[in-house]
Amino acid sequence: MDYWPTIYVFVLASFIGLGVIRRVSRLLHTPLMSLTNAISAIAVVGAILVAGVDYPLRIRVLGVIALFASTTNIVSGFLITDRMLKMFKTDSKHEGQPS
Amino acid sequence: MMYGVSQLGYLVASALFIFALHWMNTPKTARKGVYAGGAGTAIAILVTWAEPSVVHHVWIVLAIVAGFAVGIPLSRVPLTAVPQRTALSHAFGGAAAGLVGTAEYYLRFAEGPAFLTPFRMVALIAEIILGYLTLTGSLMAAGKLQEVKWVPQRPVTYPFQNVINLLLFGITLALAAAIALHPTAAYAPILFAVVIALALLFGVLLIIPIGGADMPTVIAILNSYAGLSAVAMGFVLDNKLLITAGALDGSSGLILAIIMCKAMNRSFTNVLFGAFGQVQQVKAGGEERVYKSETPEGAAQALEQASFVVIIPGYGMAVAQAQHKVRELYDQLKKRGITVKFAIHPVAGRMPGHMNVLLAEADIPYTDLVEMDEINPDMPQCDVALVVGANDVVNPAARTDKTSPIYGMPIIDADKARSVFAIKRSKNPGFAGIDNELYFSDRTWMLFGDAKNVIGELVKQLAGSGMH
Repeated sequence: MDYWPTIYVFVLASFIGLGVIRRVSRLLHTPLMSLTNAISAIAVVGAILVAGVDYPLRIRVLGVIALFASTTNIVSGFLITDRMLKMFKTDSKHEGQPS
Repeated sequence: MMYGVSQLGYLVASALFIFALHWMNTPKTARKGVYAGGAGTAIAILVTWAEPSVVHHVWIVLAIVAGFAVGIPLSRVPLTAVPQRTALSHAFGGAAAGLVGTAEYYLRFAEGPAFLTPFRMVALIAEIILGYLTLTGSLMAAGKLQEVKWVPQRPVTYPFQNVINLLLFGITLALAAAIALHPTAAYAPILFAVVIALALLFGVLLIIPIGGADMPTVIAILNSYAGLSAVAMGFVLDNKLLITAGALDGSSGLILAIIMCKAMNRSFTNVLFGAFGQVQQVKAGGEERVYKSETPEGAAQALEQASFVVIIPGYGMAVAQAQHKVRELYDQLKKRGITVKFAIHPVAGRMPGHMNVLLAEADIPYTDLVEMDEINPDMPQCDVALVVGANDVVNPAARTDKTSPIYGMPIIDADKARSVFAIKRSKNPGFAGIDNELYFSDRTWMLFGDAKNVIGELVKQLAGSGMH
């Protein structure tokens, strides 16, 4: 297997990550952490491939647990990030009731 | 054909993730980022699920339903519990990576040893070590933050701690190398299980010497580990989406950890191996010193006469759930035309950005939340600095006392304000276990009590005097 392309992707993605994250508002560091958490739950892809393919049962069980853990992170991560971000307002007096 | 579709899906998802983080650079666009991230994840799940080799749909549906059943309540925790929730989700992320890595290895060992190339083995072992270490480490961190009874709050240290940890890590790496060199040897699966056990143990050992004040850094580092374990999984499965998403998460955790370390003037190694936050021995010959207490009435009067008030929140505000009372105080002062700003230290609280979220929850406009570096030049003009449950981040010993463990740490210059009122739960030292010089200054008055009650009293006083 030629693994060099994947290493390229890793290095370039890390540079993008460093560049983008550095610009994130300091106000939002807590939501940032829950958002990146939800994004890194992309391990769900690996979990589906282990849980869903016709492998021996004991292998699939591991995949199912991993799939459960990742889904939990995806669901709670995106929902709580949105919940927190909804609260950031410039001046609540000039806006409507908080939703 | 299917390959093209799934690769396109992964590419779109990668782009959406980058946009998601890009939109986090201002609160105005941040929510768009959440939708982009959600869409990216949904696309990735759908194209993976659509792979023809995936046939056990019932299993997948059950696991996803269970994930929703646990995930939805976890997203509704009170905001003061967000640090614990974050640590817990790092644990879940670590577990997922560790389990997938374990499944991959035992599967290929039995059915397709040719898959286990040296490159994949190195990635696989990195995946399981990082994954399982993040699992137990984050569980410990979550336990400390939740103040679970059997998890020690104060750092636990013992003789030769770092030597033992280092030795253990060395053994783990040696075993890992043995597996990577001979992945198909008869003994390899047993060694693999030993490495898993060592990684689990190592996660615990890594976190027990770490005190509460260092939690923001540690959570950020665990965040980074969880991301890197996803990268390693991407190397094993040759999946570029996993590598991209993991790298984004890894660099995010790294940057946050660096910001936290800088805000404490400490290095990574010092945070991880320094066992900061043990209660220090009382200095010999130290004379008995007295605090000046003040009543809420007196403090309210001082606040009323001020024209510029800076409120400095800390972990004590979170513990007392005082943010809504703080908001009432803010309203009372604003009503009188007083300028009110909040000074936010990067490590105030138990995770990066903790104070901002709590104050935003209480409907305080984020334009009044000011970073340490921006507020400090204005501190000499400040009439009243009100410290709400913050301690180490306003301790002037960081500037003056070379023997102090927090010497060199950038602080909010509360001591430069014309007067200081500090709300404190008890007379005990803060989480770093150090006495605070600020409290003994002749311009400082203490308000002892639960932050919520004390601020409630202040609000009552101000509201009462406003009636006349």
